Amino acid sequence: MINELGTWFIFFSPLLAFVLIGVFVWPFIGKKSKLSGYITIFAITCSTILSFWALGSVIHNGQAIEIDSHNWVKIENIEINVGIMLDELTAIMLVVVSSVSLLVQIYSTGYMKNDGGYSRYFMYMSLFTASMIGLILASNLIQMFVFWELVGASSYLLIGFWFNKPAAAAAAKKAFIITRLGDFGFLLAILYLFFNSGSFLANGLNPFEVADINNAIALGVISSSVAGWVAIGMFAGAMGKSAQFPFHTWLPDAMEGPTPVSALIHAATMVAAGIFLVARFFPLFEASKEAMMVVALVGGITAIFAASIGLVQNDIKRVLAYSTISQLGYMMLALGVGAYSAAIFHLFTHAFFKALLFLTAGSVSHSVGGTFDMRYMGGLKRLMPWTYGAVMIGGLSLAGIFPMAGFWSKDEILNHAWHSSSVVSDVVFWIAIIAAFLTAFYMFRAIFMTFEGEYKGGAKSDPGMDVLEETTPHESPKVMIIPLILLSIATVTVGWLVNPLTNIGSIPIHWFADFIHVGEGHDKVLAFNKVLAVIASLIGVSGILLAYLIYVSKFRVLDRLPVKTNEIYKILISKYYFDEFYEDVITRHVFYSRFATYLDAIDKSFIDGIVRTVDRIGRNIGRLIAQIQTGQLQGYGVVTSFGVLLLFGIYLIFR
Amino acid sequence: MDLQQFLIIGAILFFIGLFGSFTKKNTIVVLMCIELMFNAVNLTAVAMSRYLVPYSTGNDSSIVDSILTGQIFSIFIITIAAAEIAIGLAIVIVLVRNYKSVFISDVKELKH
Repeated sequence: MINELGTWFIFFSPLLAFVLIGVFVWPFIGKKSKLSGYITIFAITCSTILSFWALGSVIHNGQAIEIDSHNWVKIENIEINVGIMLDELTAIMLVVVSSVSLLVQIYSTGYMKNDGGYSRYFMYMSLFTASMIGLILASNLIQMFVFWELVGASSYLLIGFWFNKPAAAAAAKKAFIITRLGDFGFLLAILYLFFNSGSFLANGLNPFEVADINNAIALGVISSSVAGWVAIGMFAGAMGKSAQFPFHTWLPDAMEGPTPVSALIHAATMVAAGIFLVARFFPLFEASKEAMMVVALVGGITAIFAASIGLVQNDIKRVLAYSTISQLGYMMLALGVGAYSAAIFHLFTHAFFKALLFLTAGSVSHSVGGTFDMRYMGGLKRLMPWTYGAVMIGGLSLAGIFPMAGFWSKDEILNHAWHSSSVVSDVVFWIAIIAAFLTAFYMFRAIFMTFEGEYKGGAKSDPGMDVLEETTPHESPKVMIIPLILLSIATVTVGWLVNPLTNIGSIPIHWFADFIHVGEGHDKVLAFNKVLAVIASLIGVSGILLAYLIYVSKFRVLDRLPVKTNEIYKILISKYYFDEFYEDVITRHVFYSRFATYLDAIDKSFIDGIVRTVDRIGRNIGRLIAQIQTGQLQGYGVVTSFGVLLLFGIYLIFR
Repeated sequence: MDLQQFLIIGAILFFIGLFGSFTKKNTIVVLMCIELMFNAVNLTAVAMSRYLVPYSTGNDSSIVDSILTGQIFSIFIITIAAAEIAIGLAIVIVLVRNYKSVFISDVKELKH
């Protein structure tokens, strides 16, 4: 059984790596020191081992492990504690975050080998992992918020890692600001809880303790409308972090960071934080029908919306970015229809296959000279067999094809959406089916464009890149291939291994769904639905076939149709004009020319007026008083003497 | 003669000095008036000491020490006044050298 110290060390180990690299390696040993990579990998290996131990302990214990929290701040009678909440959700998330992070770090040592900021990169990566683990472990809302923001801050550092590239700097800023908009909702939720703390305290509960907030629903301490508002506020935070519609615009731009960073952000850390938050406060969300409806609808809209944009992207990383947004929408809609375990299961499987897909994208880009534009790739199948195998496994998993991990979790979500009986769940079920088709199509479009056909010159042909020398595509070094193989194995196996249909050895049937549960009664484990699974698979296969017909076979539909001039194509390639809407309409017209102009006028007339008036009064008084100063010593003497006499007289009279 | 008369004389002298030092233009006269104020203070101090401090009542040396406080003070004041007038006259010489005048109203440097 893991103890408190061991659990804390899961968090402190990467944090120590961050401090060690930042304080010693980076300034003293070297900005490109190999040591920083080894320190990070060692620290995260420790975290991974301890995470598996923690998971084992929770399984062995059969329930959450109780760990006392420590008092941090006391405001009147509200205590803000710092502690660890080690339940089933935490244990699963710890394993996902630390193991995916470990593989990404190993891969990074190869990918970032020639980068000037090698030490800085690993420093930030350690901080990123540490803050995500801190977020997962937090037992207190305030503590959680601190790490929530730290995740945002470190993602800012990593997305803007190549800060001398203007696009990267802008993307980092965008990610930070848009997620901050959502965090504002989160903060309001915390404030709302604070103002409602009276009813918590009256029942001996702590308004900031995660477990107490969830208990408060069951005990009826807070009404469902209060729960609903808090849930919506938190969901706003989750929407920002998990790039849900309409806060999704930062995630594709975040591709400006190094590819392993994208893999980490998309698979395990940043975007998973939003799903994790909703899952963590699931009883709170469940208490309010409206909140659940919002979650389901936002998830559904995001799923299909992002998938449709993914259809036309030419940048392989952007295709993956939109697929991440779409899959996060899937998880949200699963949470929204009450499929708690299915959502976490999808998060779990998605972490592996999305990390795999991103790392293959990095491997491809590495080999073709740095470009990510698929129009200049092609024909890499024979040149990069390992990468091709890995991307096939990842792609099949994303498309939901048996027996890959994605098949099992996607099926679980569809099954839950099918079985819950409300209008919203029916709507999101069909949305999910359509999104599944689109996902299969765009993923295989990307794979076929990259790996089939003939090689089209890589970075040299890309007018967007400033590369002159020809690069011959080659398989990536071992240090990059090994994580791909490990993630491929995980992608093939984790789906049926952790949530099997029958008892496999010591793993009982539906282990994952039984393990990840919240409270009693709700979230029943559904039997595997064969018909639905077959239908979902057929939809996935048809998406793949369509992609094959269009991009590989001789039957080239696209060349005959005027697709590029099509209105729908224009809308999709412009991402539904969301960036333009935010930049031109909201920022420029509403914010700059209306809001900011009025504020500026108020500032100039009113606030500056006050300042100027005060200034004028002071200056005039000063001018009056200055006349007394004549420079005549005798005048000063007279005034002083009479002053002394006056004071003495007053003393004598009022003695 | 009792204490009151000495104090009245002292006060009159002091205020003559004060009035003079505030009204006279000539710096040397101002210095003389300041000297007058010193002497008024000396007179008061000696008179106070003489009339108010108790006489020695025998061999108690601590009381003898305190008896002459005023007189010793006035000696100090005379000494310091001598030093002060030396500095004052030096200032007057510098004034004359720089302003070609001994009139205090011509010196307005404190205004700036």
